[in-house]
Amino acid sequence: MPAADPAVKNAKTNTSSRLPELQPAQKIELFRQMVQIRHFEEKAKQGFLSGKIKGFCHLYNGQEAVAVGSISVLNEDDAVITAYRDHAHALARGSDANACMAELFGKITGCSRGKGGSMHFFDVKKHFYGGHGIVGGQIPLGTGLAYAQKYLGTNRVTLAYMGDGAINQGAVHEAMNLAALWKLPIIYIIENNEYSMGTSIARSSAGDPLTKRAGAFDMAAIQANGMDIDDVRAKTFEAVSLARTESQPTLMEIKTYRYLGHSMSDPGTYRSKDEIETRRKNDPIEIYKARLLEQKIATEESLNAIDEEALAQAQAAYDFAEASPEPELETVYEDIWTPEDQIPEFQPNHR
Amino acid sequence: MPILTYREALNEALSEEMERDDRVMLMGEEVAEYDGAYKVSKGLLKKFGPKRIIDTPISETGFTGLAIGAAMYGLRPVVEYMTWSFSLVCYDQIVNNAAQVRYMSGGQLSVPIVFRGSSGGGLQVGATHSHTPENWYANVPALTVITPAFPDDAKGLLKSAIRSNNPVCFLENEKLYGYKDEVPEGEHLTEIGKAKVRREGSDLTIVSNSGSTHRALNAAKILEAEGISVEVIDLRTIKPLDFATIAASVVKTNRLLIVEENKPFAGWGAQVAYQVQRELFDDLDAPVHRLTSLDVPQPYNGRLEQYVLPNEERVVAAVKEVLA
Repeated sequence: MPAADPAVKNAKTNTSSRLPELQPAQKIELFRQMVQIRHFEEKAKQGFLSGKIKGFCHLYNGQEAVAVGSISVLNEDDAVITAYRDHAHALARGSDANACMAELFGKITGCSRGKGGSMHFFDVKKHFYGGHGIVGGQIPLGTGLAYAQKYLGTNRVTLAYMGDGAINQGAVHEAMNLAALWKLPIIYIIENNEYSMGTSIARSSAGDPLTKRAGAFDMAAIQANGMDIDDVRAKTFEAVSLARTESQPTLMEIKTYRYLGHSMSDPGTYRSKDEIETRRKNDPIEIYKARLLEQKIATEESLNAIDEEALAQAQAAYDFAEASPEPELETVYEDIWTPEDQIPEFQPNHR
Repeated sequence: MPILTYREALNEALSEEMERDDRVMLMGEEVAEYDGAYKVSKGLLKKFGPKRIIDTPISETGFTGLAIGAAMYGLRPVVEYMTWSFSLVCYDQIVNNAAQVRYMSGGQLSVPIVFRGSSGGGLQVGATHSHTPENWYANVPALTVITPAFPDDAKGLLKSAIRSNNPVCFLENEKLYGYKDEVPEGEHLTEIGKAKVRREGSDLTIVSNSGSTHRALNAAKILEAEGISVEVIDLRTIKPLDFATIAASVVKTNRLLIVEENKPFAGWGAQVAYQVQRELFDDLDAPVHRLTSLDVPQPYNGRLEQYVLPNEERVVAAVKEVLA
């Protein structure tokens, strides 16, 4: 979703150390992005339940303010990498919703040509580096993106997302040590939705809050309220500024909640319906909507119109995905090797 | 032509490639200030500085994943493992990320990276430090696996590997670092995926790699004295496999012995044997024979370890068995 309003674009290329006040159009754009993601996920759910989307499908409902808020303070050429609950990060980075939905359907028009699926979205032109399926495995990769950004003198930064379950993986701690040791421009974002699959944080992770894990590395740490997009923006901006101006990493813990199961195959036996209903009352989209109305930036009607537009867009993406062709069988042999230019005689045969 | 050790040949390759391309950097445990655990990177810190010759903590998962991420962003890292045995700690990063991220992204990403270090047994360092894991990596689509046996190939293949735009596993042999031989000066590239006939013969073909090529050559000398003529093919690259060179030799000798240091079950030799019986069945005068390490963890005791490895005596006996 490229920002149509030039003011939004300007906000995205800001390099000062103070988070600038958003213009009304920019606030409405954030609302639109969150609503777009909610509708996209609802459509994905429908596709899964009707058997058109296969495999694992991890939905983002409830967590929208995290991806939208944090990515909104980046420059367009900063890097983003995340785990397998990745639809929202791609959309917030500006990926085409049609290509994202087509990927879920496994179609050749998908953002990974039908080879990645729900867990492996990629859009490198938008500086979105995936979509990774092994818990915590993307964190060393993200650290390497930041390493290369610094090595090449780009003045860019990387946001590397993980769930709260990932924080107990050795890969995460090894990467954080390297980032602190080598002063890399990276922000590690724990999206703490309180459950690693079906295991609550109290049953999986010693030491509260999770930001304490940064202390051992003398790394900056900050918590944010993931239900409040303004808080997510303010805290992420602090961390991004530290990365960009001082080349120092930060560990962020953003408290959030997912309404749906870990994936679409979740029996939901580990938490009560009451708990979910209570938490749904603290919805990030509703909170922001109330704020926009209170600030008289928008009216109920104008926001409803945005909602309807987003629903129509999700439906259009669904229709596009459904109508798209299956990949030809020959494509199974494509995308394995990068063509060689320095040793052109080497043509690996993989048939 | 200058005579260099295998170690010096590798060092020359690294140095030349780093001079040629400043996106190439070397990262690993003790590669910089210590000059390398096996001295392969000797002098490189002085020459290229700490930005490009980087000592890492003992943290294989962390620095391997970091290097893969850096490759995804356009650098061309060389990652050194003190021994390939330690790569088991970061197997996930190599298999799931280096080898698969291009495919999973529908071709959006490239991973121009070389993983290299020592491997193999025979130095009494016990089961955890003696792995010969080329077949484990050769089983992963998109990974190129190289195992040089001689200094000229060590140089030429490492230079080619660094120039590849794809992930390469480059397995050196701990016992060969001090081996001396002629190495061409300057620009010397060895083609990846091409085997080499290291000794011509007419009675039987041995296909081998790395340290086993030297065992095969030694055995061939012993057998020559007994009037048996053995052809020895050094595979050099395990994957992609150069079947054409193997086939040309088998068609000539009609007998094949495979010598590999891998443990027996599903080693690369099993793949060679399969392809030979499938495509050259009528050319064979005897069943294909395959000599591997014994199917036991590597023992520390020297006598036991030599018994486990496919040593010269076992090679000689196996050749006679095929010719019998």
